[in-house]
Amino acid sequence: MNLNQLQPPTAPHSLSANSVSRIMLTVLATLVPATTFGFWLYGWPALFLWIITVLAALLGEAACLKLAGNNALPTLSDGSALVTGWLLALSLPPWAPWWIGAVGGLFATMLAKQVFGGLGYNLFNPAMVARVFLLISFPVQMTVWIAPMPITSAAAPGFHDGLLIFLGNIPKPDAIASASLLGFAKTELSRGTDLLHSLVGSAYGISLAGARAGSLGETASLLIAAGGLVLLTLRIIAWHIPVSMIAGIAIPALVANAIDPARYLDVTSHLLSGGAMLGAFYIATDYVTSPNSKAGQLVFGFGCGFLTYVIRTWGGYPEGVAFAVLVLNACTPVIDRYLKPRILGRNWRGAPLDPAVERAKS
Amino acid sequence: MAQTGERDQPGFRLKDNAMGLIEKLLHNLKAPRWGVHPDDHKRPAADAPLRTLPLPSRLYVPLLQHVGQPARPVVLVGQEVRKGQLIAEPQGRISAPVHAPTSGRIAAIGEITAPHPSGLPFEAITIETDGHDRAVEVDVPADPFTLAPAEVTALISAAGVVGLGGATFPSSVKLALGKRSEITTLIVNGGECEPYLSCDDRVMRDRAADVIDGVRLMLHCTGAREALVGIEDNKPEAIAAMRRAAARFPEIKVRPVPARYPMGSDRQLIETLTGKEVPSDCRAADVGVIVNNVSTANAVHRAVRRGEPLIERIVTINGGAVWQPGNILAPIGTLAADLLAFAGLKSEPARLVMGGPMMGAVLPHARVPIVKGSAGILAFNEDEVAIPEAGPCIRCGNCVQACPIGLLPLEMAANVRAGDLQAAASLGLSDCISCGCCAYICPSHIPLVQYFSHAKGELWAQERDKLRMEATRKLAAERAVRLEREAAEKSEAAARRKAERDAAKRAEAAAMAAAENAVTEAAE
Repeated sequence: MNLNQLQPPTAPHSLSANSVSRIMLTVLATLVPATTFGFWLYGWPALFLWIITVLAALLGEAACLKLAGNNALPTLSDGSALVTGWLLALSLPPWAPWWIGAVGGLFATMLAKQVFGGLGYNLFNPAMVARVFLLISFPVQMTVWIAPMPITSAAAPGFHDGLLIFLGNIPKPDAIASASLLGFAKTELSRGTDLLHSLVGSAYGISLAGARAGSLGETASLLIAAGGLVLLTLRIIAWHIPVSMIAGIAIPALVANAIDPARYLDVTSHLLSGGAMLGAFYIATDYVTSPNSKAGQLVFGFGCGFLTYVIRTWGGYPEGVAFAVLVLNACTPVIDRYLKPRILGRNWRGAPLDPAVERAKS
Repeated sequence: MAQTGERDQPGFRLKDNAMGLIEKLLHNLKAPRWGVHPDDHKRPAADAPLRTLPLPSRLYVPLLQHVGQPARPVVLVGQEVRKGQLIAEPQGRISAPVHAPTSGRIAAIGEITAPHPSGLPFEAITIETDGHDRAVEVDVPADPFTLAPAEVTALISAAGVVGLGGATFPSSVKLALGKRSEITTLIVNGGECEPYLSCDDRVMRDRAADVIDGVRLMLHCTGAREALVGIEDNKPEAIAAMRRAAARFPEIKVRPVPARYPMGSDRQLIETLTGKEVPSDCRAADVGVIVNNVSTANAVHRAVRRGEPLIERIVTINGGAVWQPGNILAPIGTLAADLLAFAGLKSEPARLVMGGPMMGAVLPHARVPIVKGSAGILAFNEDEVAIPEAGPCIRCGNCVQACPIGLLPLEMAANVRAGDLQAAASLGLSDCISCGCCAYICPSHIPLVQYFSHAKGELWAQERDKLRMEATRKLAAERAVRLEREAAEKSEAAARRKAERDAAKRAEAAAMAAAENAVTEAAE
């Protein structure tokens, strides 16, 4: 039923200038600082990986639209596939081989998005579906992290070496391989070394400067958070999901760390590691896969955060944002069903208000 | 218009502006979270002085300009009428009379095109104006405040005053309802939240004293203790003028409200001004409030103080295709074409709208008359009506945020699209006021209001069918019961007759036997 074609046109006769591409392009613009910073820290291989991931996401979308017999250009220009590819690239190990980015990008837009019907119809966040798929299928490639080394430093690979690393032709020098903080803490704990000893003297203290090993979105987590704050002030996203997700991680982290600092990581490490910031501001806030009422968003965000903490602390994987977001994505329809906004003139249950009570107000 | 000199005194202005600033700050702090804030396009039209339309040669005065039953003509074709003369009387409980806007001859009584997107015809009285504008003579009460409320309400009723905010509900009926419901607060709606429109703004600026007098009369009619005049804070001149006019009357308070669409919707204005929430199955009067528009107050003043029925109104002519946008005083029944010709057109309008851009109706063409409720005629150019193609819903939730009722437009639209109207209804479709906030804000440009109007119409038709079916079923059931009862009665009667017959036979037999016995005994 295409009501747009019906005549005569009905009110409203003027519309806001807002559009889907405008929203998506704003989101991308706020990602530029964090991404550029990541390229600076991880050099050419990171740039190549980002390019192939984004291109693969766009290609996947275009191919599906073509198969469905639609014109691909208008849909591609809405920018949503670009956002998906970009976010996936930010969550990958920066020196991962090219096919990780290619397979991930194609998987994200084809199997996690277009198969469900395209933009607006997918149940799960496409970037996170692709990331989890890659993590489960290629656990080795997805967990090799590199210590940051600015592109100008002597140890950083040049354009040519970078291309070779990207193509997977030369083994990575072991000297620069590093573990992410969450991975390191988990390994050490499992070996029986408590955090008070394992983290002493390590480089993790300077994480604020972006020197912590991790994906582009992890190392630059402060810039990611800054981009998120810009989105908040532009009202592209609402505060409910980021704040409740951060609370969902921070509250259990504070409590557990206060009880046993040798066993549980401190709250800043939790918030600035892994995908916490990227998740809170860019992943969990995905319109399509999050609840539509404010109350629902608070529940959803807190669930994402809390589940992330649980997976990180007691689960088999060192990082849990992607899993947590997917689980809560699955809960979104249920949350939407039970947490609806209150209708004016009705109580929360939907029954009309009592006129006598309202009359007495003045 | 009379107090122009007084209004422009600098002392007044400074004080009002300072007060306005503080109030604006306070109001921004507690600004409502619902609604949208479209570019209002009110100026320069609102600032242009009021112009009076030269009398058109023909007026087309519709019989149905209000909610309720159409009025019934009481004049004949060819008859001479005077300005203000009754030409159609109300019929039914909710109706309003119609008066001649000027003097002239009745040229026709019949169908003309209605100011409605359908372009369907409706009944109107056509008057050939004579240019003399001769009025009927009327008596006006010396002091209406000495009259009983019901008497003042009767004057308002006889003048054909209806709600000029757009709903066109007969004012006298509403005032009487307010009196019956023992309301405490009269809310006067000067919100005018629709973009482009400024006729209420103009009324408040130019006729503030008349409006305030009308408000006092309505307080008298309803017995309400106080009147709150809500004016959006994007109209500082109107706020200042109304404050000055209301200064002598402590029971009338002018309250600036944040400029936010749909502030002029009654439930939103009531909540903003009084904190009361009208229950969804109740009317405002049930919580002790009624809402009347500022232009209605002006019409009440003219009806009671001057004996002048509602035969003219201020219409905003605006839009990108208009040469000289502004407010024009025009008799009811003037063709939109006459108003547009007077204001001048820059280009061929791409779309004509009666009312505001958020809720107004598209006009099929310009040869339709203005009615009592016509606040504006908007002539949009191509750029203003360019509506991009609708895309898929990305569930951004902007519509949920914007909905002043707290509905989930995206979910309701999804249900309507899937054909599940009952699911849409269970999400509160009946509470939707069709304000258009959701469709305005939607980044995918989905025509949400169209979905909801379609669903409301379908549900209404289904409801009607259901009622008809139920009525039929009830009739059939009653018939069955009746037939059964008749059959029972018939068989009962037959049985009774049979019993009677048997009894009679038995009695006869007994009598015969007795007689035989007697004969035998006698023989013995």
